Amino acid sequence: MSLALDLALCALILGVSLAAVAGAGVFRAVIFFITYGLFVAIGWARLGAYDVALAEAAIGAGLTGVLLLTAQGRLRRVQADRTERPGAPLPAALAGGAVTLALAWAWFVLPVPEAPDVAQALPQSGAGNPVTAVLLNFRAWDTLLESIVLLAALLGVWMLARDADWDAPLGPRYHARPSGVLAYFGRVLPPIGLIFGVYLVWAGTETVGGAFQGGTVLAGVVLVAMMAQVLPPPRASKRLLRAALVLGPGVFLLSGLAAAALGGSFLSLSAALAKPAILIIEAALTVSIAVTLALLVIGPAEAPEPAP
Amino acid sequence: MTSLVVLLTLPLVAALAVLALPERRREPLGLLTVAIGLVAALTLAASVWRSGPVLLTLGGWTPPLGIALRADGLAVALILMSALVMSAVALAARFEMRATRVGPRAAFGFWVLMALLWGALNAVYVSRDLFNLYVGIELLSLAAVALVALSGTAKALAAALRYMIFALVGSVLYLAGVVLTYAAHGVLDIGLLAARMPAESDALALGLMTAGLLAKTALFPFHVWLPTAHAAAPAPASALLSALVPKASFLILIRLWFEAMPDLASSAAVMMLAVLGSIAVIWGGVLALVQSRLKLIVAYSTVAQLGYLFLIFPLAGGGGSVQPWSAGAWTGAMFLALSHGLAKAAMFLAAGICIAAVGSDRLGDLRGLVRHLPMTVAALALAAITLAGLPPSGGFTAKYLLMTSALAAGQWPLALVLVGGGLLAAAYLYRPMAALFAREARIAPRPVPRIWQAVPLTLAASAILLGLFSATPFDLLQIGRPEPAEEGL
Repeated sequence: MSLALDLALCALILGVSLAAVAGAGVFRAVIFFITYGLFVAIGWARLGAYDVALAEAAIGAGLTGVLLLTAQGRLRRVQADRTERPGAPLPAALAGGAVTLALAWAWFVLPVPEAPDVAQALPQSGAGNPVTAVLLNFRAWDTLLESIVLLAALLGVWMLARDADWDAPLGPRYHARPSGVLAYFGRVLPPIGLIFGVYLVWAGTETVGGAFQGGTVLAGVVLVAMMAQVLPPPRASKRLLRAALVLGPGVFLLSGLAAAALGGSFLSLSAALAKPAILIIEAALTVSIAVTLALLVIGPAEAPEPAP
Repeated sequence: MTSLVVLLTLPLVAALAVLALPERRREPLGLLTVAIGLVAALTLAASVWRSGPVLLTLGGWTPPLGIALRADGLAVALILMSALVMSAVALAARFEMRATRVGPRAAFGFWVLMALLWGALNAVYVSRDLFNLYVGIELLSLAAVALVALSGTAKALAAALRYMIFALVGSVLYLAGVVLTYAAHGVLDIGLLAARMPAESDALALGLMTAGLLAKTALFPFHVWLPTAHAAAPAPASALLSALVPKASFLILIRLWFEAMPDLASSAAVMMLAVLGSIAVIWGGVLALVQSRLKLIVAYSTVAQLGYLFLIFPLAGGGGSVQPWSAGAWTGAMFLALSHGLAKAAMFLAAGICIAAVGSDRLGDLRGLVRHLPMTVAALALAAITLAGLPPSGGFTAKYLLMTSALAAGQWPLALVLVGGGLLAAAYLYRPMAALFAREARIAPRPVPRIWQAVPLTLAASAILLGLFSATPFDLLQIGRPEPAEEGL
């Protein structure tokens, strides 16, 4: 039964990804890409990697989907949403195929990887979920840098603004009919998403979830609220917004430095304080991740288009 | 160890602070940061000099569970060079990246991105963990792409997008190699990998990681994104992009080939890297020769200079017993990376001054500028001496070491590349020099403050000093040097 399910899932992933790259038309490709993300998320769940599945569904399908649909809308407005030559360019296809074959070969020659031995150190880590223990304690330096990578990406997006628009609110102006579906979702979804997002962060220290997964859900909440015009689009210069962006990486960095100043090594967490410290860092990271991801999706500052 | 933590965290804290604090604090904060960073780099270098490589296990977790950092002679030399370039760029940016000059968007973005770039560089220089290196070059690439987009023109955005596509494909390939390595050995630490049991998939993993890093280092034929991207950015950003960014991915290549998996270096593979490097030297030089804008000449020269670095692979250890100095080629390539960093940053900053003075960097518009900007032209001339490898510069020391290794190892085609590349560099740098020293002047340039002009001159002079006093940096580079650097791959 489960084999049949997995085979069907593999066939769907392959078919949908082929449809995304091979067909003509940007809209079609975007829709298939979003579907692809959802199927891949199910695939991760089948492999037991629930943290990855959550991230893939939320970022790979959800936020990226919004981003691509917005881009498609813009292309349509300037009538550039028709691809001239359907399908991928031959060199890229060949290179992609070669890498795929090589990785497939490696999959066959490699031994089944053994799970890294984190069990021994887990009790001292302050987290019951080994993923959280690795992210926030054993390899905290990676996670700290990753949280700053997000910030760098946002700055890159902000730099795309026209100079004249720099002080304008971020992102395009969204229009939602007051009685429409979007406006309805904008009021109903956020409370549910808020609870789910906060739960994911809280539960993440012991079971599936964590700052990245929770932050992504919360970013979705912020986005829906902004698209439904429940939240006004913010300006990049707003102090509160800037504070929310630096809160997570800032708390993470300062706690790491505090550990070094108090006689430990940089980024060390003493076993007694590890659990509360991880929760505080995760809470701060969640705020920054949620705001950064939402702002990444809505894009750079844009002056409202003049009425035609 | 404290100075290492400072070097890792200070730029990141500064980036967050610039982001959160009001605009008027930005400049003093940036200058304070580079000052502290320079002191920390000197302290760390002194500590490595006195008592060998500095180790740091983050969070107290040793590999394979945690991440280990190690500042050896090579890392600390690059840290020091980066700190110097950062300080110079910050001083130049005080004039060049003012909000009144480039607009509030670019002025804000520059300081934050510069700090992020610095943090990423320092993290990469000392990291001993393949995945941590991935995160480091991700941060580096994103900050670099954003710096290219800074000037906001359509051309700059197109160049930034092209750079991003190359950088991201490079990231994916590198990451695929890291995944294979981890799947085969369960460790990511370079030291532990060196002692691994060889696996069948190792060659594929190293190949994927190398291909990804070559795209990021802009080695021929992956160089196509570099000249437009480096020329499109504002001059202080170009200085960072050309002098520092490719060195980080090159350093990871060195760590992989000389430290993690030297057993995989077949003679065909190392020769292939050297052949690509040789083509880059010649092709970059030829293309630099036909450009008509100073910034593009300088950018194409980067393609050529990066090519030299890849001669290290077959030459390292070449005839080690024949030479008075062992590990000649390895040290030579590192000397080249250091002196190119200083000289290239000087050239871009000088080009920025030229643009500020006459509003253009077309060679025709720069004619006779030597009478108005003698210090800037002197900086360009000194940097040109280093890039062409003429004595007594750091570039000369580098070429000398590479050349003796090539001859001692009997690799005369590579020796010819070294000579040909030097001649080409002299030729393509002659053209801007001839224009700058021309007798007639076309337009009256705007005055440029002397302090600003002194910045590139200091950098270019330090590239010369690197050659004049090469014994100290030479010995510094030997601290913690990997075995295969001496024995050869």
